[in-house]
Amino acid sequence: MFGFILRRLGLLIPTFIGVSLVAFFFIRLLPGDPVLLLAGERGISPERYAELMHRFGFDLPLWKQFIYYFGDLMHGDFGTSISTKKPIFTEFFTLFPATLELSICAVIFAVVLGVPAGVIAAVKRNSWFDHTAMATALVGYSMPIFWWALLLIIVFSGTLGWTPVSGRISLMFFFPKVTGFMLIDSLLSGKAGAFQSAASHLILPTIVLGTIPLAVIARQTRSAMLEVLGEDYIRTARAKGLSPFRVVAVHALRNALIPVITTIGLQIGVLMAGAILTETIFSWPGVGKWMVDSIFRRDYPAVQGGLVLIALIVMGVNLVVDMLYGLVNPKIRHQR
Amino acid sequence: MPILEISNLSVDFRTVGGQFRAVDGVSMAVEPGEIVSIVGESGSGKSVSMLALMGLLPWTATITADRMMFDGRDLLTISPRERRRIIGNDLAMIFQEPMSSLNPCYTVGWQIGEVLKVHLGLNKRARRDRTVELLELVGIPSAAERLDTFPHQMSGGMNQRVMIAMAIACNPKLLIADEPTTALDVTIQAQILDLLAKLQRETGMALVLITHDMGVVAETANRVSVQYAGQKVEEQPVSELFADPHHPYTAALLSALPERATTRRLPSIAGVVPGQYDRPAGCLFSPRCSFVTERCVDKAPVTQGEAAGYALCHYPLSHGKPVGHPGPAAILDRRLSA
Repeated sequence: MFGFILRRLGLLIPTFIGVSLVAFFFIRLLPGDPVLLLAGERGISPERYAELMHRFGFDLPLWKQFIYYFGDLMHGDFGTSISTKKPIFTEFFTLFPATLELSICAVIFAVVLGVPAGVIAAVKRNSWFDHTAMATALVGYSMPIFWWALLLIIVFSGTLGWTPVSGRISLMFFFPKVTGFMLIDSLLSGKAGAFQSAASHLILPTIVLGTIPLAVIARQTRSAMLEVLGEDYIRTARAKGLSPFRVVAVHALRNALIPVITTIGLQIGVLMAGAILTETIFSWPGVGKWMVDSIFRRDYPAVQGGLVLIALIVMGVNLVVDMLYGLVNPKIRHQR
Repeated sequence: MPILEISNLSVDFRTVGGQFRAVDGVSMAVEPGEIVSIVGESGSGKSVSMLALMGLLPWTATITADRMMFDGRDLLTISPRERRRIIGNDLAMIFQEPMSSLNPCYTVGWQIGEVLKVHLGLNKRARRDRTVELLELVGIPSAAERLDTFPHQMSGGMNQRVMIAMAIACNPKLLIADEPTTALDVTIQAQILDLLAKLQRETGMALVLITHDMGVVAETANRVSVQYAGQKVEEQPVSELFADPHHPYTAALLSALPERATTRRLPSIAGVVPGQYDRPAGCLFSPRCSFVTERCVDKAPVTQGEAAGYALCHYPLSHGKPVGHPGPAAILDRRLSA
């Protein structure tokens, strides 16, 4: 197991180098630069402009800038934000719990609805449930998520007034940050109604962010289930006189979950991309919204550092998922 | 009283091209403690009739029968819940592919224990003891250490032993073995057959052995039922069948055995089993039969009496001679015309 983790960590090195390269060059492809945007509408004198460009090191040749940046990365220094003057690392991890909380809720939402929907669709294949569920999943997968978010806001926040439009918690609540997770902190604060407020703020963003993973998981579960249900060991299970529920829940599901877990792992990356849109629409103070703001400010260090940190987190999650895979699939476990 | 009695069982499958009759009017009876073998080539409906009995056919199958009794219970009218109380318990089945017939996610000990829990309600400790006992019974060395192994860590022969242990866990009255040795090495085949025969002797259960291997039949069975294209074409005690086959198909099968061959070139049965679209109007074996006449092509035969081995033939053989046959001149040379 230890050797396996080491090998997997080794594989992360080329990925890490690739991500830092891409992060560095792509943000510089955008027109404009941070100094111009800092100056704003008042403009800036050419001397002052040159001075600032020199201070941030943007006057150096690109390759030299990259070497400095990568060297700092290797020392664990993710740089300092140009607009806030705070270290990227601190800034990122101040905001990260908000994103994590939302992502966890979205994954739970997707798994709790997607796996049973896929299982039922497979067991009752060609039924109205199967057709409805799979058509809905296709729609969910194909829908642009910003549009879906706006639609939900119009209906549930606007017309019905059931959920708040944006933010993490109502402004009337204020309590110290302990874990950074609003659901937990609001409970710890002991203030009446705080938890309910935090939870109601989570509903729409969770649905929006969870929709694509939900659709993918439901479809993947269905096809994995269909394959497994045709296996010889399912016939054996039925020949043992087990109830149909036990055959599906104990004998089929465990096998069908093996590919589904891989899918869930791959969805973590999709989730991070989705978080950028979702957080922006719902003014969710997480790293997604912070990334978008940094891009608009051409805050090169923030964008670079943020991308690298997100990539590291996605890679870490995938590693954990691969280890989970071994827990479910005894064949993998013993080959290590 | 027979433990199993099937009369006029037919199974139809709904396919894209219409109805397909996989089993066509098959009858059989199995006495307690008897070993009955069902032989026939691939697609002759051997497995399907037994899967129908177990209730394991897919929803596309339609089962009709005059009678389907097991141990005094009518399997035709029984509820699924009641059937589940019987199968895996009094009526058990093992399959062709031991490697894929066990669930890869669970240990063999757990999979055997599950039967004991569901049917006998044994507690954890009793289940463990009984599982070790069963594994020893089927000849798995150091059984206690094998409890926690997964199917992929064992060989095909070992997995088939586990399947057998699982099937006999509740002391069934009838065990159906569906080509239990087909997927195994020749040396292992003999061991598994010996094991089945030994268990049958010791427990007194009845055994239905589905196979396409006449050698297996000769070694183990008491009585043989030969199936062809979904129909039972002959049924005889094993020694009589080998001594004097009454259906031309049985005779052709036996003469194709290498150990019985009389010519340098091994005889074979030309052609294949008729499929969904080329079923003959008369006798289903007529396109491949070496005694075929106009009557065979036009008119379906009826089952002969016990003396003629219940042969489904117009001219059942008696010591190699077709009884009532109009003579060589009437034989159609189908191989040339076809």
